[in-house]
Amino acid sequence: MIRIEHLRFGYRRDVDVLRLDEFALEARDRALVIGPSGCGKTTLLHLVAGLLLPTRGKVIVDGQDLTQLSPRARDRFRGQHVGVVLQQFHLLPTLTALQNLLVAQSIAGLPVDRAAALAMLNALGVDERVEAYPHQLSIGQQQRVAIARALVNRPRLVLADEPTSNLDDEAAAAVADLLLGATESHGASLVIATHDSRLKSRVARQLVLPRIGSGAGIGRGVPA
Amino acid sequence: MNLLQLAWSYLRARPLGTLLNVLLLALGVGTIGFVVIVNEQIGASLNRDARGIDLVVGAKGSPIQLILSGIFHLDAPTGNIPLAAAQALARDPQVRRVIPLSLGDSHRGFRIVGTSPDYVALYGATIGSGRLWKDEMEAVLGSTVAARTGLAIGDRFAGAHGLGEGGGEHGDAAYTVVGVLQPTGTVIDRLVLVDTASVWHVHDTGHAGSGGKGGDDGDRQVTLLLVQYATPLAAASLPRRINAETSLQAASPAHESARLFRMLGVGADVIRAFGGIVLATAALSLFIALYHALNERAYDIAVLRTLGAHPTGIALMLMLEAVLLALAGGVLGLVLAHGLVAVLAWWMAEQESLAISAWAFSGGELWLLVPAFVAAALAALLPSWRAARADISATLARRA
Repeated sequence: MIRIEHLRFGYRRDVDVLRLDEFALEARDRALVIGPSGCGKTTLLHLVAGLLLPTRGKVIVDGQDLTQLSPRARDRFRGQHVGVVLQQFHLLPTLTALQNLLVAQSIAGLPVDRAAALAMLNALGVDERVEAYPHQLSIGQQQRVAIARALVNRPRLVLADEPTSNLDDEAAAAVADLLLGATESHGASLVIATHDSRLKSRVARQLVLPRIGSGAGIGRGVPA
Repeated sequence: MNLLQLAWSYLRARPLGTLLNVLLLALGVGTIGFVVIVNEQIGASLNRDARGIDLVVGAKGSPIQLILSGIFHLDAPTGNIPLAAAQALARDPQVRRVIPLSLGDSHRGFRIVGTSPDYVALYGATIGSGRLWKDEMEAVLGSTVAARTGLAIGDRFAGAHGLGEGGGEHGDAAYTVVGVLQPTGTVIDRLVLVDTASVWHVHDTGHAGSGGKGGDDGDRQVTLLLVQYATPLAAASLPRRINAETSLQAASPAHESARLFRMLGVGADVIRAFGGIVLATAALSLFIALYHALNERAYDIAVLRTLGAHPTGIALMLMLEAVLLALAGGVLGLVLAHGLVAVLAWWMAEQESLAISAWAFSGGELWLLVPAFVAAALAALLPSWRAARADISATLARRA
């Protein structure tokens, strides 16, 4: 599902902030990206999402080399094949829960399918409040809607950036359950970037990114 | 749930700001639209009233005053002229037709005009009920006069001395209404028409009238003459000949209306410039709103990008917001413009002034939307460009 080869990324050509020689994730597999803050966890997610381009190397998602796509094709590819869950579960505040899913379908260039969106919300346990605006929803409900939005286009890959930081143990466990359960039942691969050690017991595959500049070399996927 | 609906959702989410921008745009478009429509309507009204009249001949004085009093019935006449001089002019080979007008009296603010049936024909007016006048002291009412005064066929009324209300009445010489004209949209709607001889008759009875003094046939007078040329060549020589060789004054309606219009034009330019400033203010306010929205929505924009939106889509969304505002502001502005014209039309009708129509929409008015769209597009240009170029990864990382 993900194949990374000789990846280098830096904001200046001569200074890498991220080096990753090899990483692969199979379909339906899941992995944590962990490491100290500033090691490039979020950067790696953005590279896999095609929001950033590597200075060198290849990022291949679902058989597609992202570096070979035009910017427009890369945006389209992300919309249709990659679901993204952000730290704040940010929903568009001017749209209802349901509309947040419909806009994801529309922006990805897919037909707007109200029934599918409702079904996805129901699957995530949002039944009645689909016409409510984000500020009218509890935090827990907002999280469910955001995960439903990431899954509504049936992506083969879901990326989550620090989904459990700032959450108490109970809430963090609930979010982890939702993410793992929903991606599992929809057959999607899952990559979670996190520094939250509570998640380590939930996902076996862990990629540790060292902080560059502290002397450590190249990050590698290490099994727990 | 496309970009247009998304843009709309943002406008709806901040109703006060949206309303402010729509109102500012509407005020700008409305002000400019008001000037354009009024110009158009006054021009059309002047043209309707002056149609078929090549020259106005009357006593010496201000040529504009002669036109205003003789054609538009807005000002006092410059004085009277001897009937003999009028008859001499009618015999001139360069003159096809002369229509005499005798002014000076009014009924409840509506001018009583002593004239010939040619005057009715000049405006293509037709009798709505009754008939034209045949004898002295028979009167035909314009449609507005009939409607406002409530006078009907067979009713009798006395003319009052002077052109305004409140003059002394010629109580001993009453007119009888014999006909009412169909509405024409011209000045004739606001006039009471009688035979020239009736005016003489009224003033023969001993009043020291200012319009058409009585007395012997020899010193009969009329106020002014509407002249139609026999040949277009007359325009070159006749006015000059009259002004130079006689005690009369000739004024060309085309020339004097153009002069009048130019004088009004300065006022119109000032109002138009004001409208332009309001529109520029609207653009600035819109710019500030959109620019502010950029910061406020940086994370929303980043989320849209993670959902697969292309930078041009993001730019388009902000552009669409501006365009929606321009559309709402523009349409509201046009309604406002017509509303203002309606107020002016009502006021002018109260003043027995030119007849203008407020609710005549022309396709050309849609051009008034163009400045609104231009203002909106200019305001949205920089914010859209910045939104498209925003570093999504950095925005998302900042929050994380």
